[in-house]
Amino acid sequence: MSMLSSYLTLAAVLFCIGLYGVLTKRNAIIVLLSIELMLNAVNLNLIAFSKYGVQPSLAGQIFSLFTISVAAAEAAVGIAVLIVLYRGRASVNVDEFDELRG
Amino acid sequence: MLNFNIDFTGEFVAFFLLSVCAIVGAVLAINFTKVVHTALSIALTFVALAGLYIVLEAEFIAFVQVLLYVGAITILMIFGIMMTKHDGEGTEPARPLLETLAAIGCLCLFGILFYAIRNANFPAQHAPFTDDNTREIGKLLFTQYAIPFELVSVLLTVAFIGSIALAKREVNTP
Repeated sequence: MSMLSSYLTLAAVLFCIGLYGVLTKRNAIIVLLSIELMLNAVNLNLIAFSKYGVQPSLAGQIFSLFTISVAAAEAAVGIAVLIVLYRGRASVNVDEFDELRG
Repeated sequence: MLNFNIDFTGEFVAFFLLSVCAIVGAVLAINFTKVVHTALSIALTFVALAGLYIVLEAEFIAFVQVLLYVGAITILMIFGIMMTKHDGEGTEPARPLLETLAAIGCLCLFGILFYAIRNANFPAQHAPFTDDNTREIGKLLFTQYAIPFELVSVLLTVAFIGSIALAKREVNTP
C-alpha cells in the first residue's frame, strides 16, 4: 500500500465525516465547521498529489493555497449571514430557516 | 486486492499518529453536544493536518494552515458562537431516520472512494522537491499564477467588505 493511497484514504474518511456532519447537524455553526472539514480533505488530496502524483510539481500546493483563501472568504460570509439570520429569528437552527420552501 | 504490506518507515509512523489525531478530532467534533467543544476539536483536526502537510514537504502550506484555519477560522467560529445563543442544545428530538440515511449514504460514498483508491495504479517513484519550496512557490505565484493570485485578492476584498456590510447593524432604517 503506497503512501499516496494512505493519504487519499485519510482524506476520504475526513470528507465523509464532514458530509455526515453537514447532513445531520442542526446547528448552523457546526454545519459551517463541517464544510471547512470537507475543504480540508480536498486540500490534503491536492498536496498528496503534488508530492506523489504522476507529475510531482508545486502546482498542487498553489491550488491548495487558492482553496484555503476561498474557504476563508466562505467562512467570513457564512458567519455574517448566520449573524443576520440570528438577528431576525433568534435561532441558529437550520431547520427553522425554511422561508424558501415551496 | 487488500494486501497491506506496510513498511514501517518514519514517514509512515508520523502519518499514522497524525491521521489518528485528525480522525479522532473529526469524530469527536461530530459527537460533542456543546458547540464550543466542537470548534476546539475541529482545531485539533486542523493542527494534525498541518503536521501532515509538513510530512508531505509542504511547509508553507502548513504554516498557512495553522495561521488561517487554527488562528482565524476557529476564532471566527468561536466569535459566532459567542454572538448567538445556544440554550436548547441536545434537547431537540432525535431524527433516527435522517441520521441513518445520512450514515448509509456517507458509508456508501466512502466505500466507492476506497474501492477506487485501491484499484488505481499510482506511480511508485517520486522526484524529490528542492529544499527551498517556499521560494519556488513565491516565484510561481508572481509569474505563472499572477492573474489567479490577483483575482483571489479581489475575491477576498469583496467577500470581507460584503460580510461587514451584511452584518452591520442598521440603526436608522425604519
